[in-house]
Amino acid sequence: MYNFAYHRPGSLAEAERKLKAAADGRLLAGGQTLLPTLKQRLAKPSDLIDIGRLAELSFIKADGRSVQIGATTRHATVAASAEVRKAIPALAKLAGGIGDPQVRNMGTIGGSLANSDPAADYPAAVLALGATIHTTERAIAADDFFKGLFETALKPGEIIKSVSFPVPEKAGYMKFAQPASRFCMVGVFVCKAGSGVRVAVTGAGPCAFRQSAMEKALASNFSAAAIESVKVSPAGLNADIHCSAEYRAHLVGVMARRALTEANG
Amino acid sequence: MTETGIGARVKRKEDFRFLTGQGTYTDDINRHGQAHACFLRSPHAHAKLGAINAAKAKAMPGVLAVFTHADLAADKVGGVPCGFGLTQKNGKPQIEPPHPALAAGKVRYAGDAVAMVVAETLAQARDAAEAIEVGYSELPAVVDTAGAPRAKSAVHDEAPNNVCFEWEIGDKAKTDEAFAKAANVSKLEFVNNRLIPNAMEPRAAVGEYDRATGNYTLYTTSQNPHVIRLLMGAFVLAIPEHRLRVVAPDVGGGFGSKIFHYAEEALVTWACRKVGRPVKWTAERSESFLTDAHGRDHVTKVELATDREGNFLGLRVHSIANLGAYLSTFAPMVPTWLYAPLFAGQYRTPAIHAEVIGVFTNTSPVDAYRGAGRPEATYVVERIVETAARDLKLDPAEIRRKNFIAPAQFPYTTPVVLQYDSGQYALAMDKACQLIDYKNFAKRKAEAEKRGRLRGIGFSAYIEACGVAPSAVAGAIGARAGLYEAGVIRFHPTGSVTVITGTHSHGQGHETTFAQLVSDRLGVPYDSIDVVHGDTDRIPFGMGTYGSRSIAVGGSALSKAMDKIVDKGKRIAAHLMEAAVQDIEFKNGAFRVAGTDKQKTIQEVAFAAYVPHNYPLNELEPGLEETAYYDPANFTYPAGTHIAEVEVDPQTGQVEVVDWAAVDDFGNVINPMIVEGQVHGGIAQGIGQALLEGCVYDDRSGQLVTGSYMDYCMPRADNLPSYRVDMTHTPCPHNPLGVKGCGEAGAIAAPAALMNAITNALGIKDLAMPATPERVWRAAQARGARAAE
Amino acid sequence: MPTVSMTVNGKSVGKTVEDRTLLVQFLRQDLGLTGTHVGCDTSQCGACVVDVNGHAVKACTLLAAQTEGARVTTIEGLAAADGALHPMQQAFMDNHALQCGFCTPGMVMSAVDLLKRHPNPDEQTIRRELEGNLCRCTGYHNIVKAVQQAAKAMAR
Repeated sequence: MYNFAYHRPGSLAEAERKLKAAADGRLLAGGQTLLPTLKQRLAKPSDLIDIGRLAELSFIKADGRSVQIGATTRHATVAASAEVRKAIPALAKLAGGIGDPQVRNMGTIGGSLANSDPAADYPAAVLALGATIHTTERAIAADDFFKGLFETALKPGEIIKSVSFPVPEKAGYMKFAQPASRFCMVGVFVCKAGSGVRVAVTGAGPCAFRQSAMEKALASNFSAAAIESVKVSPAGLNADIHCSAEYRAHLVGVMARRALTEANG
Repeated sequence: MTETGIGARVKRKEDFRFLTGQGTYTDDINRHGQAHACFLRSPHAHAKLGAINAAKAKAMPGVLAVFTHADLAADKVGGVPCGFGLTQKNGKPQIEPPHPALAAGKVRYAGDAVAMVVAETLAQARDAAEAIEVGYSELPAVVDTAGAPRAKSAVHDEAPNNVCFEWEIGDKAKTDEAFAKAANVSKLEFVNNRLIPNAMEPRAAVGEYDRATGNYTLYTTSQNPHVIRLLMGAFVLAIPEHRLRVVAPDVGGGFGSKIFHYAEEALVTWACRKVGRPVKWTAERSESFLTDAHGRDHVTKVELATDREGNFLGLRVHSIANLGAYLSTFAPMVPTWLYAPLFAGQYRTPAIHAEVIGVFTNTSPVDAYRGAGRPEATYVVERIVETAARDLKLDPAEIRRKNFIAPAQFPYTTPVVLQYDSGQYALAMDKACQLIDYKNFAKRKAEAEKRGRLRGIGFSAYIEACGVAPSAVAGAIGARAGLYEAGVIRFHPTGSVTVITGTHSHGQGHETTFAQLVSDRLGVPYDSIDVVHGDTDRIPFGMGTYGSRSIAVGGSALSKAMDKIVDKGKRIAAHLMEAAVQDIEFKNGAFRVAGTDKQKTIQEVAFAAYVPHNYPLNELEPGLEETAYYDPANFTYPAGTHIAEVEVDPQTGQVEVVDWAAVDDFGNVINPMIVEGQVHGGIAQGIGQALLEGCVYDDRSGQLVTGSYMDYCMPRADNLPSYRVDMTHTPCPHNPLGVKGCGEAGAIAAPAALMNAITNALGIKDLAMPATPERVWRAAQARGARAAE
Repeated sequence: MPTVSMTVNGKSVGKTVEDRTLLVQFLRQDLGLTGTHVGCDTSQCGACVVDVNGHAVKACTLLAAQTEGARVTTIEGLAAADGALHPMQQAFMDNHALQCGFCTPGMVMSAVDLLKRHPNPDEQTIRRELEGNLCRCTGYHNIVKAVQQAAKAMAR
């Protein structure tokens, strides 16, 4: 690691000021992606602003129509939350499958979304559930948030405060983990809500994306059978030593069907 | 059997310190005034090395020194030696190019060390390493094992076609004859995938020089400190043994990768004198991936000739073995003498011929990894036997039984040199079939099919040759060292015992097993016995631990030392009890005058030996301490049958190992709990090879693609089943303990069993290891397409 | 350079360290608690797992500064004050759940954490929950048995 100056502001407002004042500042929430990156000397920030302990960013609120989760809420907290398990069990399941238990004890939802790792789990839920990302400056719809590989709509200095998820009628999540890293090789989140059916895929492309052919096929029949004939094209999908684009495309179908079975179960 | 004697499941002496965080691993050692080293490593697989400019780095805060090959040359530091000299089939020696400790002229693999930085802190050393400017002009990289002899580029000028050796074993004419008359010839071509050992403790070394005495101490993560002292002292640094102490303290796993002498050990030892401070280096895991010697990496063709009934007539094998960029310590031995002599397996195959070509590539050096040659051999034999069974439509258990060497046939000389000493192969097979309930497999398969799963079963009836021996044979085939072992039994005046062994425990539990052995034999309470290993200043000599040799060779040395103790004890006791020596018998820790109730305990005898007031000083020296060296008469031959059962999800290609039966014959067993643990761990590594682990280099650039746990798939708890483990016991007839060794069996047996099971589930002939989900899915797709036709 | 203070194994400690100091470096180098190990550089092997404020975390992926004011328990602090082994340590010894011992401190710390969340786990749960800890020696067979024994012992 290159050296940096570490700060632990006492409030979100102070964090914003520190971030803006730093030459090349980075937010530190759970650090489960940032610290490994720094250890490999792949980044050289001048300042780390630790927001991991800000109480105002760590909460779960549910009101029957939506679940709102503060940006620095740990994955383990979301996974264990009675409110989340009741309102959107698929979201709790997703959180409980991120990384490993120790990573879940540190990693945060805001950190995951801001990083937009192509193999992260949360983006699939955010997109499929049609969540809204609340920042220090605005509210961003999920559909407008993920822009590409490690790229989001966040502007420099903008900090995620919370994410609100509308409670769906039914939802399911299934992932196929990359065997070595256990990150998502393919993850599919399916959701049926009053507003319609949404299917989001993570792990397979540069960032999470919606699978519109499946959404169309599921609109009238929200079941695994309805997408049997939907062909997933490998064009544009990721390929690496663990998984070709063709196999990824195939897994999108399998994971989607299994997520649907779970959602309907 | 007593509670702590031979055969007892004694809890380990080692565990308390490990469970309370009080182990002392090399990186836990900090010497006064210690500085820290890091290595600048080549980012290229193959390049000419131009100018190295370290001026900026040397001026950075905390930097004590930056060393390159020029500094080593000025001090006449030698290259890293190879410990084995193979004779090729044309009678010439292997090609043995120099292996400089820091790259000279060229870098030959991504990770080859170019410069060493020593600084006050590790962070400062790393900061400085980044500031060193190195001129590289890239050369085409030789990566592909099979393609290396035809590559346009040469890794070493000494080997223009990248061939280190061409070697053969067996009778070619007789084998050709067997094939000519065969009713059936089964064939396979496959890759034995390259593995990265990944002991959980990364390599580390601390060098310290004492100006007052001129003595050096090296603390290092080694399986064999005396071997390191010999190789490093004699060949690299020209330090005589009496000035060099090598300590291998608690070592966090080895699996072969910590046998070898690595340049970093020599460099910290050399540098500590140059900078006048102790110097520590600890590998980062990513550095371990690049620089620990890798394992396996063969490209093989095999053919088995049989008659119509499935009797084996002849076996023909051709392998190309990747040796990497430089010859690691035992590299030429592994794919030759530790490999092809095992091609008879457990069978009476009358004619065998094998050829092996060893090649250099621009990849990390390849050497022994758990099993070393024998897993590769078992894979060859057990995959082709399974294939023959399928070709001939014979039951896989039956074809094996039909060809087993029968118990009455021992000693049995195979067509590939070895003389097997003992075995009961059918017994292990029968027991394994019972354990896994082989006869009801069809029912389980049908039940799985209802759940959409493909169930398969696979056998592996393996044999290994352990405790490489005798030294004269090892020397004749090319080993540049003897392969005996040393042991000391030291009684203290009040009756406690220090056991000193030249083997090294890095997980095997020798502190427990050897204490059990001594307690059982000498009748000394287990808690009064401590075992010392891993320090050249405390141990007369030792060849260390690898090749499942510790109990068979090291245990036998201790057994011989105990014989001497008992002999001397009898003479002392005879004097004390005024009896004739031939009337003294030793049993349960006491010397008795036969036919009387007169006795002296061994503790009383020890006391008399150290306080010789009443002692036959004109005949005997005081003291009760004996040293023995043991050079075995033959290898030992552990063998057994493993059976794997798997279920495949054809939609995803995911394989689940659902059951595993292992029946091994290790001869006599000292501590079954520890032996079972060795079997479990070996199987896990074997499953790793077959299902998960595969080292990948980029074909063109020679970059290691699987350079971290993000891409190199290590077996985790949820990848593995619980195992059913049982044993048969056919004592080794030629060593005093009747033991055979258990450390590698699982890793040797498992890959073939698992691949036989997976191909059985999928109804296909072959599949490449590791059987990744994508590979299995593609095979399942192809099978589905065939079924639909 | 900031001063970092915390309670480690019941003792208050404070040291001035570089900002970039990881918790595991702080424990091993500054406090001499070398029972916590480093086995990888990508946060996967789990040899460095310690307990911070009641949760198992990877000490290689946490800055010492982030644990300012925290209660940290390492493998050295797991046994009782009188030296009696924790039931998990005892279960590892009884079941031969360790060989080389290098992964053991992290494995034990993770296993203790596991039982907090799953007091009566089945084999599958144990295997899944140990996802963040690599062991190269045991094949995990005896680790699973040890966790089962400890669960029974702690339920009593």
